[in-house]
Amino acid sequence: MAKGAALLTMIALLPPACAAAQQPRDKLVSLVRQDCGSCHGLTLKGGLGPALLPPNLAGKSVEGLAAIILDGVPGTPMPPWRGELSPEDARWIAQELKEGFPQ
Amino acid sequence: MKRRAFLGAGLAAGALFASNAGGRAEEPAPRATGCLGLIVERASGSVLLIDNVRRAALGRIEGLGDLSHATAVFSPCERYAYVFGRDGGLTKLDLLESRIEKRVLQSGNSIGGAISDDGRLIAVANYTPGGVNIFDADALAQAASIPALGADGKASKTVGIVPLPGRRFIFSLYDAGEIWIADFGDGATPKLTKFANAGRLPYDGNVTSDARHYLAGLFGEDGFAHIDLWAPELKCERVAQNYFGGQQRLPVYKMPHLEGWGQSAGELLLPACGAHEVLAIDLQTMALKKRIPTHGQPVFCVARPDGREVWVNFAHPLNDIVQIIDVPTLDVVHSFAPGPGVMHLEFTPRGNEIWISARDADRVVVMDVRRREKIAEIPAQKPSGILFASRAHRLGG
Repeated sequence: MAKGAALLTMIALLPPACAAAQQPRDKLVSLVRQDCGSCHGLTLKGGLGPALLPPNLAGKSVEGLAAIILDGVPGTPMPPWRGELSPEDARWIAQELKEGFPQ
Repeated sequence: MKRRAFLGAGLAAGALFASNAGGRAEEPAPRATGCLGLIVERASGSVLLIDNVRRAALGRIEGLGDLSHATAVFSPCERYAYVFGRDGGLTKLDLLESRIEKRVLQSGNSIGGAISDDGRLIAVANYTPGGVNIFDADALAQAASIPALGADGKASKTVGIVPLPGRRFIFSLYDAGEIWIADFGDGATPKLTKFANAGRLPYDGNVTSDARHYLAGLFGEDGFAHIDLWAPELKCERVAQNYFGGQQRLPVYKMPHLEGWGQSAGELLLPACGAHEVLAIDLQTMALKKRIPTHGQPVFCVARPDGREVWVNFAHPLNDIVQIIDVPTLDVVHSFAPGPGVMHLEFTPRGNEIWISARDADRVVVMDVRRREKIAEIPAQKPSGILFASRAHRLGG
């Protein structure tokens, strides 16, 4: 039991690995608005890349969207964000996009 | 003294008038616009009106809509700016009175625009529904519409629009992979010249300051599309092909821009797409002369007005650094960190100073170019593009 607690403490103290830990939400919001916004627009109404507003994503699953975020779309400018975003980050972003992304 | 009170008013918005000390009826203080410019505050839909001689913000103009990726062009008299917003908004600003003169929502989604050489026509390149809309520069009344239907019959996003001499505009069709010239020399009905099979997915285009070479960067290919506009028979050819030499393209987190590209007597310096490199193209042969290794993926390669140096910023996540390339040697000679999230760089017209927007620090840094030292800071809300009115008299984009 004590050993387990020590292990947990150690994990908590580890620096976030680049693709594992979930990032703070305000950082993710800023990333989506500012950097995804380069192509999809700050308001996510679309640009070089498609619009990412709830009606545009209605037929798409969170898992499918998260896979696009993580692995990109070959043959298009959509890059893979794996390495910068964890699968949890990507799923959170996908879920929030479907519901209406926070400002 | 009171007459000049507005000069110290900092961010006070509204008309830049001052009353006379003698109690007479108000009349505007004489002003000029050659030192004015705009800083786009993209998140708040506002622009800062700035004075690049006094290195100060004069006022904030609000209500311009969605300004992500916004840019602006200036009337030949340097009094008016035309701001192109992402929401399809075209806003005409009066720089003397620091206010919106006119605003139209011309499409669902736009990317940029251009002003004709005679200053009469404003052309806006659109993403949704695609194509180019043309407006009268005075009233912003629509004068023409050019649907960009490629050879495949599908509507295409339009990018890389720049003016050419003789009331002409040149632009690229992103989806269709074509380049078109619209000639308004005979009035409001354009004569179109189309170059099909220009290359896959052109993401931006620009013309050299002699209006001779138009190049479009290709996302879907390893190279650029090129038209020599001085040739007796115009044709579109690929240049600098295989600049990767078989090496894998890196994921692109921000599309490079060709605006402001580094042009000197002998060569053109422009950002590679998907590599940590600036490419030097020989303007005589249009062959790739050198791949210059850089800190990250370049976004803007901005030439000092004399062409001796090119200052470069980079894509996310390496966007806190600016590098300087010495043109005679084609080497990076200096790197510095002006602040997090460097979005854009704009030289003063004679190149003595440069303004650099550090988006994530909410400030614009003004530097002495020869000393490469910071000399001033202007607070701004998430600043992106910096655009000086002196662009009105510059050929090329």
